[in-house]
Amino acid sequence: MSKKSKAGDHPAIEAHDLVKVYGENRALDGIDLTVRRGQVFGFLGPNGAGKTTTIRILATLTRPDSGTARVLGHDVISERDAIRARVAVTGQFAALDEDLTGYENLIILGRLNGLSGAAGKQRADDLLAAFELTGAAGRPVGGYSGGMRRRLDIAASLIVTPDLLFLDEPTTGLDPRSRSQVWELVRQIATAGTTVLLTTQYLEEADQLAEQIAVIDHGRIVAEGTSAQLKSRVGSGTLHVRLLDGDQRPRAQQVLAGALEGTVHLAADPLALSMLVATPADGTDVGRMVGRAMIQLAEARVGVAEVALGQPSLDEAFLALTGHTAGPTAIDHQDVSA
Amino acid sequence: MSAPAAVTRPAAAQTHQIDILLAAGRSRRRAGALAASATFGRRAMLKIKHDPKQLVDSVAIPILFTVLFTYLFGGAISGSPGDYLKFLLPGVLTMSIAIVTMYGGARLAQDVTTGAFDRFRALSVWRGAFVLGGLLSDAARYLFASAIVVALGLIMGYRPDGGAPGVLAAVALVVAFGLSLSLLWAAVALLVRDPAVVISIANVVLMPLSFASNIFAQPGTMPGWLQAFVAVNPLSHVATAARGLMSNAGGTGGSVAWSLIATAVITAVCAPLTLRLYSRRG
Repeated sequence: MSKKSKAGDHPAIEAHDLVKVYGENRALDGIDLTVRRGQVFGFLGPNGAGKTTTIRILATLTRPDSGTARVLGHDVISERDAIRARVAVTGQFAALDEDLTGYENLIILGRLNGLSGAAGKQRADDLLAAFELTGAAGRPVGGYSGGMRRRLDIAASLIVTPDLLFLDEPTTGLDPRSRSQVWELVRQIATAGTTVLLTTQYLEEADQLAEQIAVIDHGRIVAEGTSAQLKSRVGSGTLHVRLLDGDQRPRAQQVLAGALEGTVHLAADPLALSMLVATPADGTDVGRMVGRAMIQLAEARVGVAEVALGQPSLDEAFLALTGHTAGPTAIDHQDVSA
Repeated sequence: MSAPAAVTRPAAAQTHQIDILLAAGRSRRRAGALAASATFGRRAMLKIKHDPKQLVDSVAIPILFTVLFTYLFGGAISGSPGDYLKFLLPGVLTMSIAIVTMYGGARLAQDVTTGAFDRFRALSVWRGAFVLGGLLSDAARYLFASAIVVALGLIMGYRPDGGAPGVLAAVALVVAFGLSLSLLWAAVALLVRDPAVVISIANVVLMPLSFASNIFAQPGTMPGWLQAFVAVNPLSHVATAARGLMSNAGGTGGSVAWSLIATAVITAVCAPLTLRLYSRRG
């Protein structure tokens, strides 16, 4: 945490009761949000939950119907130039030029950010090198892979180091390797002192990157806390067990329900059972708990073919936090506003 | 791509590099209004460089109109294509530029749909820079298209009595009028946000203005209602003014004045409207 931006008393983001309505769709239905400076804040929710609309309002691209928001101490409605000078936006709604090369995109954005010709070239070269894009610098962005495009997108947002960076679904559609590269970049940017607000549909991503997570659904924040706090509400994941003999399923169900204190779900497969595993409040780790349960199954002479413990999916998280799944319910507001 | 290196490289080395980069990038100077406008103009030129198809409208329309209309109507109206060119060429110049203007609006709408627009809007630059930069590149296109019309005319036997100064004055007038139309289509583009719809709307406006004018024939033989329309049609005035300037005929001051007034009025209405729509936050 070497170079925190100028210490101000006000948080990086302070939003109160933001409402935005598109036609019939209440994209935002009273969002309250506080993001501390230097923090990586995760905004977790399904498509159409209101994540992008919130970012657009905070980046001064969309005006809220009601509510107030201050970004880096400036009002999003009356002081948008002061905000624009200090924040950067990346994401699908603020795209790069596909026809231009990676280098040209950075040069253009450098000039628009007030860099001189020489400084802009130097900055573009440095960023391309740091983001491992030097080899692709002369090619039009339209031909880039998803991972390269996302890296260039982030590089472009660092042409002038922002005090606050909005990352709209930085890894949606990326393969696992590109995803971990982007995660590493986000960590480095945060370490260097830039506050990051990222939206994501992936619980794992929020868990990996964000110190503080807000879960958004139907334009409302339904839960907020650290990753550990949310996990204790969501559970550690789902335990899947496959038996050797389907006749033993009732006994397995009984043993697991007792050992892991939860409801065991009987899958359509007559050999399979699954259950949500809660993170133990006393700090016992999940592995030990599951291990004990497996020993109890063995002692009850239940033959086990397979055991797997999966991360809780967004659906499971939503089920736990909101009582319903994160299905594609709301219309994607981007279609309306873009 | 050297992607695997990013994963295997010791994180500390890269962290150091990005840390230094971020520390070095903290200077903040707002881009000047003109520098920003020039940058948007440059962006448009770079797009042409990478995708020369973008110039098709500015090349094909002038060639098509000049050649087609000269030989289509030339014999019938003035006896020979050579005589008709004196009358037609300034009009074809006017019509070509007017038609080419709508593609600028379509490109702007394209920027809005791809998201490039929002990336630029999120920057702290003078809000007029995006529009002015677009006009700069439009001006280059219109000059290019004008050069094609004039060059083709000369090849086909057109000899302007006004000489180079007359032709340049006419081109300047037509391009200025074209830029006011650019602003109109920019406003339309920001309203409808769909390239195809911009083209449709512009066609509906420009086609009747182009043909119900004095570009192809003197209105003397037209019915009264049509003559009345031709007389108030700004394209008629621009064509008449261009004709006068290029042939060095006297008495065109009135048409030149009307053309400039039309240009000024369209600009005065559309420039503020375009800027308003540009900064509008949905």
